[in-house]
Amino acid sequence: MMSLSRRRVGAILRKELREYRRSRSIVPTMGAVPLLFVLVPLIESTTQTASTLRQYPLLLYLLGVPAIVPVVLAGYAVAGERQQGTLEPVLTTPIRSQELVLAKTLAALVPSLAISYAWYGVVAAGVALLARPGVPSALLRAPEVVALLLFTPLLASWSIWIGIAISSRLNDARAAQQLGSLASLPTIAVTILIVADVIPATLVLALVLAVVLLLLDGLGWRIMTAMFDRERLVTGTSS
Amino acid sequence: MSEGDEVIVSAAESSAPALSAERLSKRFGDRMAFDDVSFAVGHGEVFGFLGPNGAGKTTIVRTLGTLIAPTAGAATVAGIPLTPENGVAIRRRIAIMPESPGLYLRLSVTENLECFADLYEVPDATARIDRALRAVNLLDRAHDTCGSLSKGFRQRVALARALISDPQVLFLDEPTAGLDPAATRDVHELIDGLRRRGVTVFLTTHRLEEAERLCDRVAILNTTLRAIGRPSELREQLFARTLEVRTRAVLPEPGAVFAGLPAVEGWLQDGPATYVLTVADPTVAAPAVTRALVAAGADVLSIAEARHSLQDVYLELVDEDRGVGR
Repeated sequence: MMSLSRRRVGAILRKELREYRRSRSIVPTMGAVPLLFVLVPLIESTTQTASTLRQYPLLLYLLGVPAIVPVVLAGYAVAGERQQGTLEPVLTTPIRSQELVLAKTLAALVPSLAISYAWYGVVAAGVALLARPGVPSALLRAPEVVALLLFTPLLASWSIWIGIAISSRLNDARAAQQLGSLASLPTIAVTILIVADVIPATLVLALVLAVVLLLLDGLGWRIMTAMFDRERLVTGTSS
Repeated sequence: MSEGDEVIVSAAESSAPALSAERLSKRFGDRMAFDDVSFAVGHGEVFGFLGPNGAGKTTIVRTLGTLIAPTAGAATVAGIPLTPENGVAIRRRIAIMPESPGLYLRLSVTENLECFADLYEVPDATARIDRALRAVNLLDRAHDTCGSLSKGFRQRVALARALISDPQVLFLDEPTAGLDPAATRDVHELIDGLRRRGVTVFLTTHRLEEAERLCDRVAILNTTLRAIGRPSELREQLFARTLEVRTRAVLPEPGAVFAGLPAVEGWLQDGPATYVLTVADPTVAAPAVTRALVAAGADVLSIAEARHSLQDVYLELVDEDRGVGR
């Protein structure tokens, strides 16, 4: 079993986070995209009654945030570097494919989780401040809050695998981000069906979905490390 | 190429050439990038790789740099056999400067170098970065973002990045492409400095005068290896040695003057009063020709050995390939 170098993973992770921070487009996009999913619970909490809100798990609508936000970063991960000509110099160093994949994944996961949880906090604060009496307790129920917190990293990881897989096949970061967004639509659709009570939100369903996502994330890691073949990344063909 | 754990380099490998290729080939589908390429580069040698666009120069660099797997043949890089398992071990000992600098433009010069110092896991990164920046005269721009630098300065940062790991073998792919003469001179001085430090340099370039000035030996590639050797050897291999003789007036009987002179193998008239003599040894032929011309009453304006440049060699070979429809 080969060991992964924390220093090499850290080098790429630090570099990516610095680049995101200084990008004029990435941070605003990542901040704005979740509005779509944040506004619905906020508006509903001010317009619906507590008894209505108790009938469906509206809070889970927020899971759209970790499904869509990582795509912005993951889409850029390989295609963006290839576009700028920065990928080849990295591949000439001793970094292993697994280290590069891990670094790229963490670089997308860390900010995605931070943004998702930050927006959840905004929603919770907004509901507490703006909603009518009784609504906050109807909306912010413990099982849904726990599900939200636990499913966020699982969904974000899945979106990252999809985003990086698409990104490693394209030369244009914007196209990779758009395709990644499209690819995350089924995940969002499932979330909406659960919120709309078309698929009943039960403990069994939660466990099944969690296991499926864990398996998919494990599969994603295996596929991505295999796809990060240097020749394929540099020339677009495999040896 | 896939990659494995670090290999132990045996004593036999450490005495191997810095670089060697044995019948190395790479094919992409129907297209042959390079074919049947063999050469060896000694430790501390500056080896030039010349060839027209699409000749396979960059693909060879990528292959030896473990980015691309060869289709056939064998190679050693920094004394280590080029195999998928040795990818990490080889990459620890080499550095590649691609044609495009490929810098993170939003990051400062130092931040770019820090990233690569960590990727190579170099000890005492701060001192190494300082040394690399000093080597390329960029200490005063260390905290500037790379996006704010001119092309020449970006090229220097890329060179500093390549030097940071103290590589045994340094691949420079068109290092002076697009640089102004002053920046080009700086890069040349840097390569000279690397040679003095015993670093093996594999240089691909379009600039033939650059190869002639910097390289101990050159190889000319046009999918297959067309020639390899010192520039002077290639000139001798490809061109007969000649003397150019200019006189004030046309010689009435040039055949009578030049025939039978020692080391003169033939002659032809190349202008009204200009003669080109094919000679075996100019140092023997030139005095004999001078004496013969004076004896014939000719007014001699000049007698000079014709100098063929590396460019002449290159063009001769490439034109030859074009001539056979390659």
